[in-house]
Amino acid sequence: MAAPRSIAAPPLLFDEDVSVGRQRGLWSDAWRRLFKNKLAVIAIVVLTLIALTAFVGAHVGPTGRYAPNGQDYTAGHRQIGPTMSHWFGTDQLGRDIFSRALEGVRISLQIGLGTQLVVLIIGVAVGSAAALGGKWSDNLLMRFTDITYAFPDLLAILLVRSVLFGRDIPIITDAKVLIILSIALVNWTTIARLVRGQMLSLAERDYVLAARALGASRWRVVTQHMLPNTLGPVIVAITFGIPFAIFAEAALGFLGLGVPPPTASLGTLVNTGYGDIQRNVWEVVFPAGSVALLMLAFTFIGDGLRDALDPRTR
Amino acid sequence: MATYAIRRVLWVIPVLWAVATITFVLMHLVPGGPFTQDKKLPPAVTDALERRYHFDQPLWKQYSLFLWNSSHGDLGLSVRGDREVSDVIRHGFFVTAQLGTMGFVVAVVLGMTLGTLSALNHNGPLDYLGVGFSTIGASVPNFILGSFLVVLFAVNIQIFKVLGWGGPLQVSDIFDSSAYDWRKLVLPVVAISALPASFIARVTRASVLEVLSQDYIRTARAKGLAESRVVLRHTIKNALIPTLTVMGPIAANLVTGSFIIETMFAINGVGKESIDAIVRRDYQVILGTTLFYTMIVTFANLAVDLAYAAVDPRIRYR
Repeated sequence: MAAPRSIAAPPLLFDEDVSVGRQRGLWSDAWRRLFKNKLAVIAIVVLTLIALTAFVGAHVGPTGRYAPNGQDYTAGHRQIGPTMSHWFGTDQLGRDIFSRALEGVRISLQIGLGTQLVVLIIGVAVGSAAALGGKWSDNLLMRFTDITYAFPDLLAILLVRSVLFGRDIPIITDAKVLIILSIALVNWTTIARLVRGQMLSLAERDYVLAARALGASRWRVVTQHMLPNTLGPVIVAITFGIPFAIFAEAALGFLGLGVPPPTASLGTLVNTGYGDIQRNVWEVVFPAGSVALLMLAFTFIGDGLRDALDPRTR
Repeated sequence: MATYAIRRVLWVIPVLWAVATITFVLMHLVPGGPFTQDKKLPPAVTDALERRYHFDQPLWKQYSLFLWNSSHGDLGLSVRGDREVSDVIRHGFFVTAQLGTMGFVVAVVLGMTLGTLSALNHNGPLDYLGVGFSTIGASVPNFILGSFLVVLFAVNIQIFKVLGWGGPLQVSDIFDSSAYDWRKLVLPVVAISALPASFIARVTRASVLEVLSQDYIRTARAKGLAESRVVLRHTIKNALIPTLTVMGPIAANLVTGSFIIETMFAINGVGKESIDAIVRRDYQVILGTTLFYTMIVTFANLAVDLAYAAVDPRIRYR
């Protein structure tokens, strides 16, 4: 009886190998690889916590004690460093910097995600139109992206921003949406180029040929076979696009051309804090730290996703 | 190759034209103008001003005048101080070019040293340090890094100064040592070089690692060469090529991407002039600086493309 028992033990060690042999799709495989990446997991956890605090915590509990614009002129209450009640200190007008930074994080996340949503829509539409629409439309897109590459990014965003803010565009009046549009209208060409390249190479693949040979309609081939396969690189590019959009918004805010006051975007906070740097360094340290933290978190997630979705780096 | 080169060079012209046109249209889409202000000026003054800067003419006339003049190198007049735009750019660029050059030198030295050390110490503590530095430098914006540097080295420990440019402001002062104030130079140069330095470090690390795994390195070690000789003669020399190819775009980026750092440290370079111009609606300066930037980027890309075509015989162009 003893002998079979000792033989029975190894299969337990074996279990992992057996499960590796099980059929797994591309996505569950990618997830598994993403969660093996320690930095990416830490970044996801940190980002989730930050987002929860910014969107939910800002209304409840100790993190929601102060309104972002609640001014307080009590003596000895303005431009103080971190205390037990004001974790990040206060500014010139006695406003709590922690709650202002939370508002800034909220704006940054909304602008980062919103911009990439617009970029995704324009980029996929234009990219696939170029790849599938024939030589003429393809040439047009390529020449246009050549031209936008010759423009320094931030300068173009600044120009588009001043046009959008100067004209009274009907329906779209929210400053955040205008900023999102200014960044997206400059930033979509990368995704368009990527989608175009992917589509052109996918069109030559055997399985697309097979689908066509089986009589699948052009629409079906594109939506069922080609678009899902462009998804991996597009997701990676979008993830790297989020920190770029956050950076662009912060840069606009830092130059005094972001969301108009009293709304606190992180860039604006860094700008005002930088002006008060002689009196209270914390006013610049915490907002700047928040920007850095957001950027790093998204970069780590992007790196993790790239390694997880690109089989060549395995 | 010759036809490719000619076509590639000629392509610069439509790109410049398109950028000029897009910028012109964008600017004139914004309502109001440089003389729009809260206090109304007497109509005679406004008329005279508009005549002086050709704003009284129909748009298509302003546009063709602008195209014609700028193709001759005449970029018009700035509404602030009535200066020639080409003069504004020349003065600004003298400062921006110094900032860019110093940033470039720091970035190349720092980036290549870090990248090489990281690769030689693969997966060791030095490698983690180098990779950590390049990750932070590549993802944290330069003005954020700049504010930390200012807090640390200009407010807490007051060793560096922040306001103004610490180099010569006129070409004639280049060799005058009293025109330099290194305490003002350090922070903007370090802040602007962080991103390119981390980029160069990444490329250098990857290419040194690649070379180290080659057979001829094993041969060199097998025949008993000193490690220093293997590293210096056999590895670094060959690993330099990928690093060199990224230098062109990096130099162009340093010059065209300096406006935040210039605004932050109150340095009167081209970047600060163009931001000020956008805020003030100084049409000619916006157009002039944008064209100037585009030319730098386009020529840098052109140089890279032509160099690739000349160096790599596998690249064939029709």
